[in-house]
Amino acid sequence: MSSVEASTKKFGNGERTVPHPSQKARKFYPTEDVKQPKKARKTLRPHKPRASLQPGAVLILLAGRFRGKRVILLKHLKEGALLVTGPFKINGVPLRRVNSRYVIATSTKVDISGLDQSTLEKIASPEYFAREKKSKKEKGEEAFIQQGEKPEKKQPTSQRASDQKAIDKPLLSAIKNEEFLASYLKSSFALRHGQKPHEMAF
Amino acid sequence: MSNVDIKPAGWKLIEVGRVVTLRSGPYDGKLAAIVEIIDPGRILIDGPSTKEGAAVPRQPIQTSAVSLTPWVIPNLPKASGTGALKKLWAKYDVDSKWAESSWAKKREQQDRRRNLTDFERFKVMRLKKQVSSTAAIGNVRNADAHSAYPQS
Repeated sequence: MSSVEASTKKFGNGERTVPHPSQKARKFYPTEDVKQPKKARKTLRPHKPRASLQPGAVLILLAGRFRGKRVILLKHLKEGALLVTGPFKINGVPLRRVNSRYVIATSTKVDISGLDQSTLEKIASPEYFAREKKSKKEKGEEAFIQQGEKPEKKQPTSQRASDQKAIDKPLLSAIKNEEFLASYLKSSFALRHGQKPHEMAF
Repeated sequence: MSNVDIKPAGWKLIEVGRVVTLRSGPYDGKLAAIVEIIDPGRILIDGPSTKEGAAVPRQPIQTSAVSLTPWVIPNLPKASGTGALKKLWAKYDVDSKWAESSWAKKREQQDRRRNLTDFERFKVMRLKKQVSSTAAIGNVRNADAHSAYPQS
């Protein structure tokens, strides 16, 4: 700290302390006040799902392609989404990520203790659902020529299909044990005359 | 003009001793008896039921906030206290009369239906369909049996 210390200088008979140049008062001040940016008091908090969203719960999807379907919640994903499955064989809903805001959790539970954890972990990783990147060649001249043609329909990969089967198998056997549960999952949710969703229990 | 038969009115009256059910508020659906009529719009009620959670504290209430039941505690003195009413309430079995009534049963069923979960609602729907289909099969069989007889 010696660099900012004040020094003592002699002037004739007397002496006075001279502040370090960096400590001296400024000669010029700005004419206008510099605006201070507002301090944000919000912090990033980790995603906390509703208490009713327990793995194994039957959910009703409210938005998207499968709206109205009843599906089974498998896992909470790190990015705040929910991993669900139909099961595919029952109602055609594949392994899928959904936003927890657009589901109704029901009190019905399906036993998911038989799930293969390693497969589930693999599916839960963010790369699993990542979009395939187009190679440069596809984007180039050839793609320009092919624009007018109908694109080939995407087929689900065999890897996805086998994962779906591995996940659904223990679920299907658990569903079989309870009467009406399979047909319940097969049916889709709809409000009937006089039903008010805010007054209903799920 | 000689033989005029005068009958008392058949409808339920707001009178001291009349058992009422409350229609809204914290004591919704509970039973109380009219103890005193304050003015044409208001009554004093008291529900000294000994059943768990069925008691209604003594309070003035709008007549429009209650429904009259068919039962009256006979000879209840005007403005009788809670203790006296409690004895009469037990003596005339108001709680068991209410529990046996179709009104109470219907209300209980409505409550139960209202609180069904989604899966239970689905099961009710399916079972109803089963019942109606078996009934329909029965009807068809009966019709067949009738048509088997030659019509004369």
